[in-house]
Amino acid sequence: MSASAIESQVAPAYRVVVGMEVHVQLKTRSKLFCRCSTVFGQPANTQVCPVCMGLPGSLPVLNRHAIELAGRAGVGLNCALSDFTKWDRKNYFYPDLPKGYQTSQFDLPICVGGYLDIPVGGSGAQASASGQASASGQASAVGSENVYKRIRLVRAHLEEDAGKSQHDEVSGRGDSKIDLNRAGTPLLEIVSEPDLSSSEEAKTFLSEMRTLMVFLDVSDGNMQEGSLRADANVNLHIQRGQEWVATPIVEVKNLNSFRSVERAIEFEVARQYTEYLRTGLTKGQSPKQTRGWNDELGQTEMQREKEEEADYRYFPCPDLVSVKLTQAQKLQAQQSAVGTPSFYRTQLVSKHALRVSEGEILIQQGRGVVEYFLECVEHGATAKRTAAWMLQDVLRYLNDRAVPIESYPIRPDRFAELLKAVEGGRVDTAQGREALGKMLQTEGLSVDAAIASLGIVRVDASEIETLCRELLNENPDVIEKVRGGNTKAVASLVGLAKKRNRNADPRVVQETCLQLISQMQ
Amino acid sequence: MSTEEKPSMLKGLVGRLSSGELSSRELCEGLLRRVQKWNPTLRAILSIEEDRIMQRAEELDRRRGQGEDLGVLGGIPVGVKDNLCSRVGRTTCGSRMLENFKSPYDSHVVSRLDDSGAVLFGKTNLDEFAMGGSTETSFFGASRNPWDFERTCGGSSGGSAAAVAAGLVPVSIGTDTGGSIRQPAAFCGVCGIKPTYGRVSRWGLVSYASSLDVAGVFGQSVEDLALVLGAIAGHDPRDSTCLPHSVPAYSENLAQGVRGMRIGVLREQLDSQGLDPQVRNAILGSLDVYRELGAEIADVSLPHSKYCIATYYVIAPCEASSNLARYDGVHYGYRSSGKDAGVLDRMMEQTRSEGFGKEVQRRILLGTYALSAGYYDAYYLQALKVRRLIRQDYDEAFSKVDLLLGPTTPQGAFRLGEKLADPIQLYLQDLFTVGANLAGIPAMSIPVGGVMDPGLPVGLQLQAPVLREDQLFRAGAAYHRAIGYQFRLPATLEEPQV
Repeated sequence: MSASAIESQVAPAYRVVVGMEVHVQLKTRSKLFCRCSTVFGQPANTQVCPVCMGLPGSLPVLNRHAIELAGRAGVGLNCALSDFTKWDRKNYFYPDLPKGYQTSQFDLPICVGGYLDIPVGGSGAQASASGQASASGQASAVGSENVYKRIRLVRAHLEEDAGKSQHDEVSGRGDSKIDLNRAGTPLLEIVSEPDLSSSEEAKTFLSEMRTLMVFLDVSDGNMQEGSLRADANVNLHIQRGQEWVATPIVEVKNLNSFRSVERAIEFEVARQYTEYLRTGLTKGQSPKQTRGWNDELGQTEMQREKEEEADYRYFPCPDLVSVKLTQAQKLQAQQSAVGTPSFYRTQLVSKHALRVSEGEILIQQGRGVVEYFLECVEHGATAKRTAAWMLQDVLRYLNDRAVPIESYPIRPDRFAELLKAVEGGRVDTAQGREALGKMLQTEGLSVDAAIASLGIVRVDASEIETLCRELLNENPDVIEKVRGGNTKAVASLVGLAKKRNRNADPRVVQETCLQLISQMQ
Repeated sequence: MSTEEKPSMLKGLVGRLSSGELSSRELCEGLLRRVQKWNPTLRAILSIEEDRIMQRAEELDRRRGQGEDLGVLGGIPVGVKDNLCSRVGRTTCGSRMLENFKSPYDSHVVSRLDDSGAVLFGKTNLDEFAMGGSTETSFFGASRNPWDFERTCGGSSGGSAAAVAAGLVPVSIGTDTGGSIRQPAAFCGVCGIKPTYGRVSRWGLVSYASSLDVAGVFGQSVEDLALVLGAIAGHDPRDSTCLPHSVPAYSENLAQGVRGMRIGVLREQLDSQGLDPQVRNAILGSLDVYRELGAEIADVSLPHSKYCIATYYVIAPCEASSNLARYDGVHYGYRSSGKDAGVLDRMMEQTRSEGFGKEVQRRILLGTYALSAGYYDAYYLQALKVRRLIRQDYDEAFSKVDLLLGPTTPQGAFRLGEKLADPIQLYLQDLFTVGANLAGIPAMSIPVGGVMDPGLPVGLQLQAPVLREDQLFRAGAAYHRAIGYQFRLPATLEEPQV
């Protein structure tokens, strides 16, 4: 079919097909094959040694912690952990690749298969606790508002990162500087099947991936520092008569934020659609392209076109020995990977009956916040009240100061004690908030001391009853109204009670009055 | 046959140094004079830093004077092949690429020598990046054979072999990837051992073919090899392929003899076409000696040994093509200043074309080709399979015998330039030696005794199962004792002055 023939038709229908490759920087203290530190942001070339500089005669030695973290991530991603995995060299020349090859894993990756369920059909927060996608790549509705889609994974393998090139174009000399601090940092490359069918799904996939890695303490997930980077393989399936044809696959590199994933794929979809209408070229008729995302200009740019796969001449690295994962190591990985976001969603929504949206907000704050919530509940606070107070008070405090939950001055047991004081009517909500303020001001202040400092003392039940009798005697009209069915009328007595005894609990006053009226009959 | 023996030169020196009869300073001064006299001709040692050598020797003498135990090599000067990194001097690998390269760290071998009280005397010449069998591919020119200056000293560790043969150093360190210690030892009439793969850490050994490379020792006697190997062998956590096994006391049991030991003769080697009849006769003579000593001699076969050369020349270049990728002119070493050097890809191309010699480029190209998509299975993967068969051959042979015996090389030292035009001829020199590298087993070459026409030494190769260096030493020492072998300098070079 000629291009003009296509143009003359009505705009054909299309489907978006996306597969992702996510590079997760593992949270090891030292690099994958040497003892250099992985701390970010140090002066250039200060965290280097003969090994990560690729000096003659230097040899790699495996950091076992990276295997542990990769195994944990693999379990979290529902992968099969390999019994036997090995290291291969991926050979190519690049200035920031000091050995002329990258040590990676070719045919025997540490993690095989697996999947990640992502919430679809609404905002990212529309997740469910019990949501389990069923068929591969198919969305499934479990609860009323909960739709999940299963994104299948091909594999996840370990590899070392390269250094960074800094191109000094300002001076006009075109000089480049190379910083090898990052060279040798452990990465887990996770490759998905092309199961994503929109830019939004791709963004959600990356976001879910990040949440999972942070929950499992596998990565710090810091996008600004490049701890999570993605490439997207994008093409379209376009309807042509009775059949669907695929456009050539484009690999978009350098996607370092959720926003850029979304924008780059949207750009690519539009570009490929227009390109197809113009040329009619389908997959196989045009070489696979690699394009880079230019965030400033908001466009993808051609990097290279390859007629066939680049030949990296992979072969087993003779400097390293293969890695055997024992049953004990696999068991340890399984045990350490229990705390996934979906585990906590189940806890929050199914066990503690939070709304999905409430649970999701807590989840997005990280595992520490969720653990804080669960500890409060364990110490006897109700889930509803704990969630309400955390969403309002605790998160505001953390956001205002940009500190993690670990820096919150009140430990969960004491926070639960305060919530119980409110729950039990010892103080009202407003007083509780005041007490909270005191406790935040003075670290270590007990709940009792905080309440006492507000001048609130516990009022004896008989004292309240005497007060209520007085008030009812003085306001017979209220008795009449209540008897007439208007129980809300007692509310007018609450204000009066407060004037005579400021420590009187409004709820107790109401309940006592109603009880006295019923006894009068 | 004498049962009494003079201590080896090295042992004698160690004794005289520790008794105070000789100082390290005097020893080094004497050797430096020899170096000045003979090294310009032999070109065995690439760089000599007199001041540093004397400083180190004096420091050691002073420490000894204070009663300190300096270690088994206290005060002994040692030559080290220039592909082993050392903080002192340069580490050139015999290449223009690293002509001015100074390593910021010491190789494991150099550290161990240091810890044993040795003086790093000089870095010795080698084929470029250890690729070759004659030192003729060295960017700094070929070393000469002390027995005949027109002939090669062998390679790639030719400088280390020649230095010991010429009495410039009592012992030296080499590396062996396909025969690079044993062949020059045979050509120069000295003893040389290639230990089990992984017995000596490769940390700081500039990689040629990582799965085959191992450092070893040259000396004037088997006893000397045992002493020095004991000092450099052992586990090193910096090399993942280094063996964790403890190191036996190699110097003990050397006098034990070979009675009851089963020695296998490799028929396919003795019957091979290219074997010089003089070499053949010398090896047959050694068999008679072993028989007399009470060893059991049996014929054994390594059926896949005919594939050794082909297998080696696939695996080694494949690994080399990747190992040498780091020399791209970006981070260190030679960088082309040619006309297009401002363009990154061109800079790398020119750097590698100018910085590497022909043989290195040939092997990089071979390896790159063999690893390429579509060829990998036919070459590299196939070579790995054959390597496994070769290993199985050795396992099979060692289930019947304790040692394998044969010639180290098919012929004696060839003339310089003779095999330069035809790399295949050069590669065939490795016929008897590469098997040990492919199988990872220890092997040793010792002078068979006497010389053949035209006045050249002949090497006897002994091979043992993995980690049985002790058997090599025992059998080698017994043979030399039996024939009353004494190391001697070639007639052209006068006796050492110390």
